[in-house]
Amino acid sequence: MAGARTDLHDSSNGLYHVPLNLPADGLSVAAPDEDLLMEKNLLRYIWNHTRPHQIFILGIVLLSMIPYFMAFDLPKQIINGPIQGGGFETPGATKAFLDFSYTIPVVQWSISFDGFDLTRLEMLMALSAVFLLLVIINGLFKFYINNFKGKLGERLLRRIRYELVDRLLRFPPTTMRQVRAAEVSSMVKDEVEPFGGFTGDAFVQPALLGGQAMAALFFIILQNLWLGLIAGLMVGIQIGIIPKMRRRLIDLGRQRQITARHLAGKVGEIVDGIDTIHAYDTTNYERADISYRLGQIYRIRYDLYYWKFLVKFVNNFLSQLTPFLFYSIGGYFALRGTLDVGQLVAVINAYKDLPGPLKELIDWDQARQDVQVKYEQVREQFEPGQLLDPALQTLSLKMPDHIPHPLSTLNLTISDGSGAHVAENVTLKIDIGETVAMVDNAGIGAESVAEAFGRAVWPTSGRVMLGETELLELPEAVTGRQITYASSDSYFFHGTLKDNLLYGLKHAPSTPEPENADDATARRWEIEEAERAGNSIHHPDADWIDIRSTSVSTGGPDDLARSITGALDAVQLTPDVMELALHSFVDPKENPVLTERVVQMRFALREELDKAGIGGIVAHFDFSTYNKEATVRENLLFAASRQTTAFDAEVAEGEYVFEVLKTANLFELLYNMGLTIAENVVEIFAGLPPEHPLFQQMEHITVDDIGFYQQFMQKRRRKPGLAVSENERKAIVKLSLYYIEPRYRFGVLSKDIMDQIVAARDLFYTNLPAALRDRIERYDPHRYMGAATLRENILFGKLTHRSPDAPVKIRKIAARLTREMGLYDSFIDLGLSYDVGASGRRLTLVQRHKLSLARALIRRSNYYIFNKPLPGLDRRVQEEIVKNVLQFLQEQDNNPSVVWVLSNTSLSRMFHRVIVFDRGSVVEDGSYETLDMKSGIFRTLVA
Amino acid sequence: MVQTMLLNDEVQLLRKVPYFCRVDPCKLKLLAFTSDRVCFEPGQELFCQGDSAEAAYVILSGIAELFTNTSGEDIKIGEASCNSIIGEMCLISNSLQAVTARAKTEVEALRIAKDTFFKVIADNPRINMEISRTLAENLRGSRFNGSNRIDQPAI
Repeated sequence: MAGARTDLHDSSNGLYHVPLNLPADGLSVAAPDEDLLMEKNLLRYIWNHTRPHQIFILGIVLLSMIPYFMAFDLPKQIINGPIQGGGFETPGATKAFLDFSYTIPVVQWSISFDGFDLTRLEMLMALSAVFLLLVIINGLFKFYINNFKGKLGERLLRRIRYELVDRLLRFPPTTMRQVRAAEVSSMVKDEVEPFGGFTGDAFVQPALLGGQAMAALFFIILQNLWLGLIAGLMVGIQIGIIPKMRRRLIDLGRQRQITARHLAGKVGEIVDGIDTIHAYDTTNYERADISYRLGQIYRIRYDLYYWKFLVKFVNNFLSQLTPFLFYSIGGYFALRGTLDVGQLVAVINAYKDLPGPLKELIDWDQARQDVQVKYEQVREQFEPGQLLDPALQTLSLKMPDHIPHPLSTLNLTISDGSGAHVAENVTLKIDIGETVAMVDNAGIGAESVAEAFGRAVWPTSGRVMLGETELLELPEAVTGRQITYASSDSYFFHGTLKDNLLYGLKHAPSTPEPENADDATARRWEIEEAERAGNSIHHPDADWIDIRSTSVSTGGPDDLARSITGALDAVQLTPDVMELALHSFVDPKENPVLTERVVQMRFALREELDKAGIGGIVAHFDFSTYNKEATVRENLLFAASRQTTAFDAEVAEGEYVFEVLKTANLFELLYNMGLTIAENVVEIFAGLPPEHPLFQQMEHITVDDIGFYQQFMQKRRRKPGLAVSENERKAIVKLSLYYIEPRYRFGVLSKDIMDQIVAARDLFYTNLPAALRDRIERYDPHRYMGAATLRENILFGKLTHRSPDAPVKIRKIAARLTREMGLYDSFIDLGLSYDVGASGRRLTLVQRHKLSLARALIRRSNYYIFNKPLPGLDRRVQEEIVKNVLQFLQEQDNNPSVVWVLSNTSLSRMFHRVIVFDRGSVVEDGSYETLDMKSGIFRTLVA
Repeated sequence: MVQTMLLNDEVQLLRKVPYFCRVDPCKLKLLAFTSDRVCFEPGQELFCQGDSAEAAYVILSGIAELFTNTSGEDIKIGEASCNSIIGEMCLISNSLQAVTARAKTEVEALRIAKDTFFKVIADNPRINMEISRTLAENLRGSRFNGSNRIDQPAI
């Protein structure tokens, strides 16, 4: 084994899964062979996992045959007996019902029952009742069988899906890098879907149909040997030819599956790369690509139909050929007198029972081949040649023992995807409590070594050791908790910020699931079913957060909260979280206490501002006065509008506003005011090119609007008496509605208009249509408004346009108040419940990088590996964060080691030790001071 | 509260600023419109030496004092009153604020944000010309004032 290993190295083919695939030096990372490979044959896979159930259901099906055939015979009995009078020739005649006699062979015991004597009418009723009973029994059998088959199929589907994902979780990193996410998900979700349907029929169907076909054939042979043999021969041809013809079909099916999978992969890529696509104007290239793929699928499908119907045609032809032979050859012999006519008729009659089961049998076979092909296609993708040993991923409740051993590498060589060595012969030792900066002169040696520490890549040769054991030998319960790895491309899962922040603590459900009496039965059923399908029996909603492994670990109840705030502060993410909280909408019904406190804070803030002598920087909402810093519309509504995606609601709101304006006699006033505004706006914007960025500063005016106003004004000047349409009026009034005097300074808002608008507020509310009532939430200084953001609720007013540093001033006072009033933690919690979106895309890149680092800091580990976690960040901010992080980690009592791959070399002076890489090798290693003294690479890097 | 000055009044005032005196009033209106009208209490800083230059201010009313801080001590180097523009040189040279401007009385000013300033200049070559002219005049003024930095031969 060891020899083979060396040979493979020498060839330096770079496919580093090869050496690890071979258990070297008695170590084995890879799972044993039987686990590595999946069952080749789907039928056998199904048989292995459902054997007892298959036998059971086959028995049930056979049992169900008895009432089934009894029900077949019964109509004849009813017609022949009571209806046509067979056996009731004399009036008043009776017949025995349910009579039987049976002699058990060998022992010669005989059981018999004389039955009930029934008259003709009674017999009719009795037999009809039996018929009804049989119908019910048959129906129930069918119900049970279908249910059972369905259950069987779904269970198998669950098992196979779980197994696929389980394998995915055990893929080595190289294989994982070649996997397209959308393709894999389409395999796990869609491609295995037909297996479920097939499972129920996998064995029952062929047994049953085969039996039926054999019986029919046997019956024909019984009637006439030669004609039977002809029928047998034709069946043989059918069974021989049809599957051969289907080979093409199967081949096409395989192609279809692969192209469809690639299509799924491509669609996934489009979603992931949408920004790049837009940026480079390649949408049409992508369209062409998709069109081409769809064309391929179409072609394959078309071919598939062609062959499918061709096969069908041949099959039908062959099955009709047999009667042709019976008629012609049999008829010939009958005419010649060598064959009894009665026999021929009997054979032809018997034959009609053969094609049905035969056709279904052939269909079953096709289904079998179809799923087999699908299965193989899936299986191939999930047999990467090497998998992690499942033992490495066993769920472990125990905290790993603290190993006071250094983390080291021994002759570590790492290759990239192309096989080039990115790190070569690296031998390092990171001692407990050491802080190490790794920097690169040329190449990515430092990053690769960090990745090897984080098990994101596997060594081509050499090893990474934790104490005396190779890293890859240790269970993930040890490595994944003792070592914390964070890089800039860490992934975020769909969920809240908090879910993602605490993700690194979810190793095992730490407390037993709370036994809730109501769903205990349901939960027990869930666990039973999970076990039957070989699934995990743990519930994701159990308490997975391991509170013993938080960074701040004093044993107190607020360890987790303190770890969170500490980590957020260290990476300077707290202001962002606060900002998210201030932007969020809180439902006062769900958070009555918090919202109540916010209202209190609203008043406190007002007081504080007044005390500081800057009360004027906020224009508060007051029902009896006009708010000059708000738009005319806002002043009329005097309410927060709930955000909806429904366009209708907005239109309705707009219409209603116009209505109120007309009733309040404001419409005409605002129209005249709008004319002046239009004149000014046209004057200002006329001649500006449409792409001018100034247009973006105007929230409610677009380039098109300006064009409209310009034309409208010209038209009016030319023909002053011209009638103005309703829509034009509304457009002009709209200008007035968004007018803010201190912002626009056209001087058109007279005191008179302001007073009238304030007076119209009442009017606005008295007739408010029901549809708008849910949407519009009136400003009330004593109530929290669910339709407004937290910030708007705190401020309850508009910042004045006249004071440029108003936001800064307010923020300072509000921040102090938040802490004083004990609202700080609630706000942070609120911010943490922000939904980060798919792969965290609702956060900015910098926020994601910071979050990734914070997620690492919350965990208590002995080794922290940071692989350029903050690229592209301001130099100053980077420095602050590195300093904070080191300080935060040093406060832990377990004296952790920190390895930080720096993108900014000058920061290395904050570390005990600096390791300099050049083209994949360590060239300098020592303290900052010593390296700085030497005139080596490091000095040129820092300089 | 001071009776708010209207946009048109601002335009009139802008026209008295040397840079803008020959610029089409229509463009000045655009400039005024896209700028914020701000108000400073006495003692409040408009900007502080060493801050990154974000905006230029046209004083509409009141007096702002200019200070420079060399050795930990503010030295007053001048005053800006109605119709003068301050902070524009640092915008053009994209440098940090060279002086501190503090309101002496209540100051009303037009805050021309950096990108607005550049946008308006880009759209109006006339303003560009005016700025160059003013700069040139200032330089000439400084030569005649005895400052020696212009007389040194350019290398």
